[in-house]
Amino acid sequence: MDESAKTGRPLAKRNLLLNPKVVPYVFIAPFLIFFLVIYLYPFISTILMSFQRIDGPNSVEWIGTANYQKMFNRNFKQALATTFRYAFWDVVVLTIVPLIFAVILNSSNVKFPSFFKSLYFVPALTSTIVVGIVFRLAFGTLPTAPANRLLALFGQPAKDWLMFPDSGNFVLILLTLWRWMGVNIIYYISGLQAIPTDLYEAAKIDGANSVQQFLHISLPGIKPVLIYVITITVLGGFAMFTESVALWAQNNPGGVGRTIVGYMYLMGFYKNNMGMASAVGLVLLGLVLAVNLIQLIAMGFFRKED
Amino acid sequence: MKKILAILLAMAMLASLGITAFADEEPIHLTLWTFQELHTQLYKEMLDRWNANPDNPKLDIDMQVYPYEDMHNKLTIALQTGEGAPDIVDIEINMFANYLKGDIQLADMNDIVEPMEDHLIMSRFNNYAKDGKFYGIDHHIGACIVFYNTEILEEAGINYKDIKTWDDYHEAGKVVLEKTAKPMCTWESKDCWSIYPLVNQHGGDWLTPDNEVRMDEQVVIDTLAFMKSMLDDGTAVACPGGNHHAEEYYGWMGAGGAASVSMPFWYLNRFTDYMPDLAGKMKVAPMPLWSDGGHKSAQMGGTGTAVVKTSKNVDVAKEWLAYATLSFEGCVATWQILGFDPIMTDVYGSEEMKAPNPFFDYYGDDIFDVLQGVLDDIPDTCLTDMFPTAADIVRNQMAYDLVITGLSPEEIAHNCAEELRDAM
Repeated sequence: MDESAKTGRPLAKRNLLLNPKVVPYVFIAPFLIFFLVIYLYPFISTILMSFQRIDGPNSVEWIGTANYQKMFNRNFKQALATTFRYAFWDVVVLTIVPLIFAVILNSSNVKFPSFFKSLYFVPALTSTIVVGIVFRLAFGTLPTAPANRLLALFGQPAKDWLMFPDSGNFVLILLTLWRWMGVNIIYYISGLQAIPTDLYEAAKIDGANSVQQFLHISLPGIKPVLIYVITITVLGGFAMFTESVALWAQNNPGGVGRTIVGYMYLMGFYKNNMGMASAVGLVLLGLVLAVNLIQLIAMGFFRKED
Repeated sequence: MKKILAILLAMAMLASLGITAFADEEPIHLTLWTFQELHTQLYKEMLDRWNANPDNPKLDIDMQVYPYEDMHNKLTIALQTGEGAPDIVDIEINMFANYLKGDIQLADMNDIVEPMEDHLIMSRFNNYAKDGKFYGIDHHIGACIVFYNTEILEEAGINYKDIKTWDDYHEAGKVVLEKTAKPMCTWESKDCWSIYPLVNQHGGDWLTPDNEVRMDEQVVIDTLAFMKSMLDDGTAVACPGGNHHAEEYYGWMGAGGAASVSMPFWYLNRFTDYMPDLAGKMKVAPMPLWSDGGHKSAQMGGTGTAVVKTSKNVDVAKEWLAYATLSFEGCVATWQILGFDPIMTDVYGSEEMKAPNPFFDYYGDDIFDVLQGVLDDIPDTCLTDMFPTAADIVRNQMAYDLVITGLSPEEIAHNCAEELRDAM
């Protein structure tokens, strides 16, 4: 006796959900709906808005490429420079320093490695705003600020750290490093631990010193992790916003603290110019995509494995 | 049996609902957003007084305080989408022009403002007006005055009352610097409260009502040149922390860092709240005058409290707001609770304003004599839809170039004016 006779329901309808052609779509439906509503719709709407002048819910005007033409002013170039300067140092510092720490923590010479691992990870759990305030005061204007006291120990004059592009960027990088180093250390350690120990033993027998071991075994071994870390650091570098807001709030003395995201925010919310903000956002998207592509190609991500 | 029980229960529920509905008049619920927690002290007081009057419809106002940027962002989005906006909202003066674009989502207040016109300082309402309609009510004039640290000045042998012009001020600064090694004042390097009041008092502004840029006019250059001359000889220094609202500045100034600071009237409560050690030492005085013209003071800062058009209770919200901010007792409470210079001319000189309060204890009781001396000559500020952009340039470029990079006044004015023109 078949199923439909037992339950009294039409066979076709019941089987629709069991149909192997339908089931996969049912399973991916939650993601698909989420993606369409939360990502794709705003994305398309941003593209459309970048060609509009929006003065309120009922006054939207198509203005062609005017937003893009007006965008490249001094403020935008300044924001671009700030972003690139930050992203560059962010990638350099946040790839290299955690790698050094990870190698040290992974070596057998360190006592209580898990204690140090958690210690380095703790800053990642703190609030950026709180950390920002602490850093802002630590690198304050007055000679009594902690950073200036430190300078005084070396006989250096007090510095107005957050007022100049280079020292401002230094504080920003320091904040990011302090906060995110632990996360990258964890990535690297997991990569390092996946390398079989007999490789090192063999190298030792062949007389390789620890620098050679690092260059010829550890580094190639963690290459996928390295690519991953660099990719997310590039992304994070270009998307950085909270850190600069925590240090400078809405102020941007001489272009020190305003990144492209900050500029987008300024345009959209402070000046209520959503059209321009959308255009800036799309230019940022293009930039990040280009930089990431170049970096992935350079690191051989798309090359076929031999 | 069960059925009867159910019916009885249902009846009991209905009855209880009916009883509560009749026993107490259901208050009208309103939502109010503000970015300034201090304001809620005034609102709460005025709400209690409103509800105490049996003739008024009962109100229940949910006052929500958000950080400055969060609140304005939320409001932008709520008005943009037409959903989720509050009934009443505090909008900061620099941001107000953003909400007067296109199809204005705020209710006009002419019906409550116009009847009071003769009693109010109307230039404060023009800041929040467009095409003859008023959209916001301010709480203060924000007249700029100078706060002097008399302890430092006495040490240098200077009586602050003798300082009449900005040149006197500069000369006094040189004596102070020589005798006490302290600067006369601080100029902000990342905010507008040093440059804008001086320029405005001197007769300048950033824009004309038609959005013509005035930033490179001679009066701006002259004002910047004066400020730079004080920086050059050390009588003025860069403000610690970058502006007069920085924690670092409060600590430094509170420990006797500089001999004076020029700020709007509402800065009274910053001294009482954040620099209590200076109580009894600080005195207020009018701004020094420019020898080549200009005005006695400038009106700076402000908050336009607005009613949102989509509110279901626009009328009652306006009525309450008129009571809280445009009535005689509302204006007196504004002084007593917030320490602001009220927008109603009638209150000045009245007995109610002379009642003892913490501000008189801190500064002495001649605060209003100082204020009344300047009220007749305060210029309007010109807040067009480009004002937020102009203010951003002044904060981030003009102040920075003046105080930190030390460019020449002509260069600064020229660069900033160009930047503003580019943004048009």
